[in-house]
Amino acid sequence: MTVTAAFFYLFATITIASGFMVIASRNPVQSVLFLILAFVNAAGLFLMMGAEFLAMILVIVYVGAVAVLFLFVVMMLDVDFAALRQGFLQYLPIGGVIGVIFLLELILVVGAYSIDPGLVRSPAVPIPSPAVMTNTEALGQVLYTRYFYFFQAAGLILLVAMIGAIVLTLRERVGVRRQDISKQNARTQETAVEVRKVPFRQGI
Amino acid sequence: MPTGRSGRPSSCVGPNVVGPWGLLQSFADLLKFVLKEPVIPAPANKGMFLLAPLVMCTLSLAAWAVIPLNAGWAIADINVGILYIFAISSLGVYGVIMGGWASNSKYPFLGALRSAAQMVSYEVSIGFVIVTVLMCAGTLNLSAIVESQNTRLGILGWYWLPLFPMFVVFFISAMAETNRPPFDLPEAESELVAGYMVEYSSTPYLLFMLGEYVAIMTMCALGTILFLGGWLSPIPFAPFTWVPGVIWFVFKASFLFILIAMVKALVPRYRYDQLMRLGWKVFLPLSLAMVVIVAAVLMATGNAPGVR
Repeated sequence: MTVTAAFFYLFATITIASGFMVIASRNPVQSVLFLILAFVNAAGLFLMMGAEFLAMILVIVYVGAVAVLFLFVVMMLDVDFAALRQGFLQYLPIGGVIGVIFLLELILVVGAYSIDPGLVRSPAVPIPSPAVMTNTEALGQVLYTRYFYFFQAAGLILLVAMIGAIVLTLRERVGVRRQDISKQNARTQETAVEVRKVPFRQGI
Repeated sequence: MPTGRSGRPSSCVGPNVVGPWGLLQSFADLLKFVLKEPVIPAPANKGMFLLAPLVMCTLSLAAWAVIPLNAGWAIADINVGILYIFAISSLGVYGVIMGGWASNSKYPFLGALRSAAQMVSYEVSIGFVIVTVLMCAGTLNLSAIVESQNTRLGILGWYWLPLFPMFVVFFISAMAETNRPPFDLPEAESELVAGYMVEYSSTPYLLFMLGEYVAIMTMCALGTILFLGGWLSPIPFAPFTWVPGVIWFVFKASFLFILIAMVKALVPRYRYDQLMRLGWKVFLPLSLAMVVIVAAVLMATGNAPGVR
């Protein structure tokens, strides 16, 4: 039990500390790397809750794919972040006011909110025990039966977003010589080589 | 061993001085690397520069925690073993990116950028290959995947035969994922000197190389588990089933490793746009189509595991 608690505090502390470093670090690349550290530790917390499938998917999708693209973009940005931070302090009063308002709202919302204890005990679909069914299987049973249309709708939304991004960024450039592999393979000796008789002292 | 074997196709002798048949050459190399002076370039980001090889090496070794060498021989026989390996191997790209960025130099940076795009692209097709095998096996547990190939047919019952196109896609994607030739563009010596490893020397360099080779061995072990029946004997009757499973496993994994080493020796390097074309325009549609086809065949023949 103490080991579990120790691991929980380890993961939780590192998550919060690296979350803080994401906004505190001066170098954007280091910010992204701390973000990745936060993701990995959040996956550790998932594991401790017994949600092994979610933990692995978090690492594969967010750390393995999304954060790589973040890092890719941030590394190639040529922005002088020190110059951006000049005059940073003049926004302190208004930022402070917004922060205080936000904090008050959060306190009001969270302080007044309480979870209905009956809600946890009567979920829409009964939660199978880990001994009967693995995590992955249980998720699949719910996701592909009861919530199938939501799952499909989420997929469609992602597809539309992807097509939108491609349409927005695709531009047809003229004068680009692209490699056409089928055309290259279709070349024969007759179409590729031309034999000419070169007249003496005249050239072609 | 890779150096020695890859000497053969080009009629080289390969290492033959240190130890019998040059077998101790690897250990001599290890000593040489450890005893050299680690050079840290002045403009480099020092902490990250030293962290990158450690990340690479630790991650690739961590993947071995779930690989079952024999029935019940895995350090951690977890339910989502295959996802764990996939997650860890997708983390491997960070060692390369961090190393390339922290060196604060142009060639390593270009190498890191290439590697980031390449590894993310080929992860997609590896993911779909794994999905097809999972649909046949009906489990994410590596030991259970091997057990599901345990039929009376022996070698003909393993997944390499029914899923042969996927086996080929997996083999090629595994080479691209681990930055092996012919896909070693992140360290292409004719264009980028040594890519992300230019500024590294001594033990940090050794850790990079170690991480790379362990990652290749992981991919070979994964291929063995997914397609070549893990520790199962190829001929399922008496004299062959007496051989311990771990010997079969090591034999199959080494076979895949030698295949990968041979590809390095025989095939010239890809161009970068060809690499991207192969990943996104050939492998991705092919593997996606295979996922649909395999699912349809399994459902039509009533062989889909776990479907009630």
